[in-house]
Amino acid sequence: MNPAAAKPTIHTRKKMSRQTRQIVSTAGALLILAIVFTIANPNFISSMNILNILKQATPIIIIAIGQTFVLITSGIDLSIGSVIACSGIVAAICMRAGLPVWLSMTGGLLFGAGVGALNGVLIVYGKLPAFIATMGTMTTIRGLALFLTQGIPIGSLPKTFTQIGTQRNWLLNVPNQVWIMFILALIFGFILAKTKVGRYTYAMGSNYEATRLSGVNVNRTLIIVYTISAFLAAWAGMIMTANVISAAPTAGDGYELDAVASSVIGGASTLGGEGIVPGTVLGALVIATLRNGLNLSGASPFIQKMIIGIVIIGAVFIDRFRRTD
Amino acid sequence: MGDFLAELIDISKSFPGVKALDHVNFDLKAGEVHALVGENGSGKSTLMKILSGVYTKDEGKIIVNGQEVEFQNPRQAQDKGICIIHQELNLCRHLSIAENIYLGREPNRSFLVNQKKQIEDARKILKRLDVDLDPTTRVSELTVSKQQMVEIGKAISTNAKIIIMDEPTSALTIKEIDELFKIIHVLKQEGHGIIYISHRLDELASVADRVTVIRDGQHIITMDYKDTTQENIIRYMVGRELKEKFPRIKTHIGETIFEVKNLTAGKAVKNVSFQVREGEILGIAGLMGAGRTETVRAIFGADKKESGKLFLHGEEIHIHKPVDAIEAGVFCVPEDRKRDGLCISMPVYQNATLPNMEKVTVNGIVNTKKEIAIAEEMIEELTIKTPTVSQTVKNLSGGNQQKVVVGKWLVKPAHVILFDEPTRGIDVGAKVDIYNLMNDLKEKGIGVAFVSSELPEILGMADRIVVMCEGRVTAELDASEASQEVIMQYATQYM
Repeated sequence: MNPAAAKPTIHTRKKMSRQTRQIVSTAGALLILAIVFTIANPNFISSMNILNILKQATPIIIIAIGQTFVLITSGIDLSIGSVIACSGIVAAICMRAGLPVWLSMTGGLLFGAGVGALNGVLIVYGKLPAFIATMGTMTTIRGLALFLTQGIPIGSLPKTFTQIGTQRNWLLNVPNQVWIMFILALIFGFILAKTKVGRYTYAMGSNYEATRLSGVNVNRTLIIVYTISAFLAAWAGMIMTANVISAAPTAGDGYELDAVASSVIGGASTLGGEGIVPGTVLGALVIATLRNGLNLSGASPFIQKMIIGIVIIGAVFIDRFRRTD
Repeated sequence: MGDFLAELIDISKSFPGVKALDHVNFDLKAGEVHALVGENGSGKSTLMKILSGVYTKDEGKIIVNGQEVEFQNPRQAQDKGICIIHQELNLCRHLSIAENIYLGREPNRSFLVNQKKQIEDARKILKRLDVDLDPTTRVSELTVSKQQMVEIGKAISTNAKIIIMDEPTSALTIKEIDELFKIIHVLKQEGHGIIYISHRLDELASVADRVTVIRDGQHIITMDYKDTTQENIIRYMVGRELKEKFPRIKTHIGETIFEVKNLTAGKAVKNVSFQVREGEILGIAGLMGAGRTETVRAIFGADKKESGKLFLHGEEIHIHKPVDAIEAGVFCVPEDRKRDGLCISMPVYQNATLPNMEKVTVNGIVNTKKEIAIAEEMIEELTIKTPTVSQTVKNLSGGNQQKVVVGKWLVKPAHVILFDEPTRGIDVGAKVDIYNLMNDLKEKGIGVAFVSSELPEILGMADRIVVMCEGRVTAELDASEASQEVIMQYATQYM
């Protein structure tokens, strides 16, 4: 109605939304890897090996989903590796004390959620930077894991528990843990994409102050986000404990960075505001595929580390480059 | 011509859609303080940015020390001895005074910094300014006024002959201002030329030798300070005729909707009281730093209040955080939309529903269809120009972004809407849209209060005007008794 009013810069509608593009490009990278590794070693594409990759990727996918929530708020959760170990230990101690499996697992998962809530409280009310708060709990919880076990893994766990790990399922002959991962990814993918909590998570990462001034309970949302992250880490702890039939105090060491790497390859930004669960799942699969494929092609484990590092930098670099045009 | 340190001749500068400077002349002699005054947006800071190399001019000549120069960047201006001291100081708070003064120009001994010489040299500089400070003190331990002196010290250590001071007294106490003026006196005697930008006209009497007034990008007058008066300067500053840019409407003024009683918050808001009545728009006027934004933020619960009461329709309400205000129907459109108003990387519809999630969620699950419907209604009602509601807010123009910030509050029933600089940085057309929107709200019986630094806007739109100075309300004027001169007088009352 006002000719003087500036016209908005009208961009021609892109064919795909940013999120679809992210999924397509990460999936594309995965496909290219699969082709290259199949050429290098045809065994790569066997159903055995694919299941193997899925199995290896499962714990990382689960924790990376939680890390994605945290990264979107422009935070970071370094404590998840320790939570993996300690929640497994808590569950194992309960089982050894004769508690039923379901109750023991609930104990382990609640322990994890509790650590996450503590992280959130330290950040929100203690006003600590996320990096420092979660680094503190990382060390503390790792110490607790070592103390509870006196450094020795807790073994002889009931079979009903270890079943949640590698046991094949009647459904498609896929191990139980992969199904658990799949269900968790669906639930938390839905929470992030379709619920109020998810929306607030993005909003806080996009502009914390504007979100607060819009009347959003930013404190509560942030605590929820860190609780989700540690809760998922506890799930990874259950699965890893079941896989090796013992709860080791050193389990999950360094996994927090794999989780960051998966999220980032899948399109999350450490600056906040961006990231999606499907992208993160694919990102974790890229890393697992690289590890597995390089193993099969007989690459030295040292070279593997180098290549994964380069891939992380390359993925983010390409993403930046793409976004600026 | 030799006695001019700098001459700016026929300088013009355009930004997309705006002619910021139109053939402006300005000059500076050695040993004088030349004050540059004008309203916000008059072009004075653009002119100074051209002189200091931040912007390049479109037309005109810059002559420094008798030589014509072309500045492509601030560094070139610095090399010609031009130094600008900004309102916000640019010091490394964790370094010492000496380290700050010589930052980037450290005296070397081979590849090590010659600490001793650096400290000695800094001591000499401080002595020249007659400032009693130990050069090894950390800058973070200094008061704002002392930090400013470090900046001045830094300027003269580079042998700057032309020193531009942008609102140097805005954060100083009266005593500190006196100290600053003493230093300015020293600088004058040493033969420096000082360009002094200030809103506080009465302090010009103590420092200015000459005054230049700029208005709407045009040079209005340059005069010797002794030949003029403050009233005169104000007249030149605001002398524009108000055109029909302001679509004022008359409505019946009813009951008091909202009342603020004795509000004190932080250092910036002292015992502020005012009322917003049905059927009127309340304008809150004052200079930058008068505490207007802080008042609005404190009311809204964005910042803490020390004391004071708020009443909505005669009943006391308690607002501790924004969500309390929102639940009471008191909304705020913040001063800086990008910082406080928008999730800039999110689509229009998500910004629109951020404070309205209860309308679009069932059991915490978001109904995107409903969101889009709400947003579409909003863009239609406010004539927001965007290709779709899924467009990222980043890609909208300033005026349309501002409408999104306003629009997100119109989804729920409002009692009071506080606008903080609602038309800052948006074009004329969008401004009128915002004014019309304020009129609509006024007609609907919603309390409207707005803070503005643009006096014509206050005079054009407000039915009643509260003037603030130094955190206090200094006047409450009816639109009929207000004029720019009167408001200016009250806005500078304590200065």
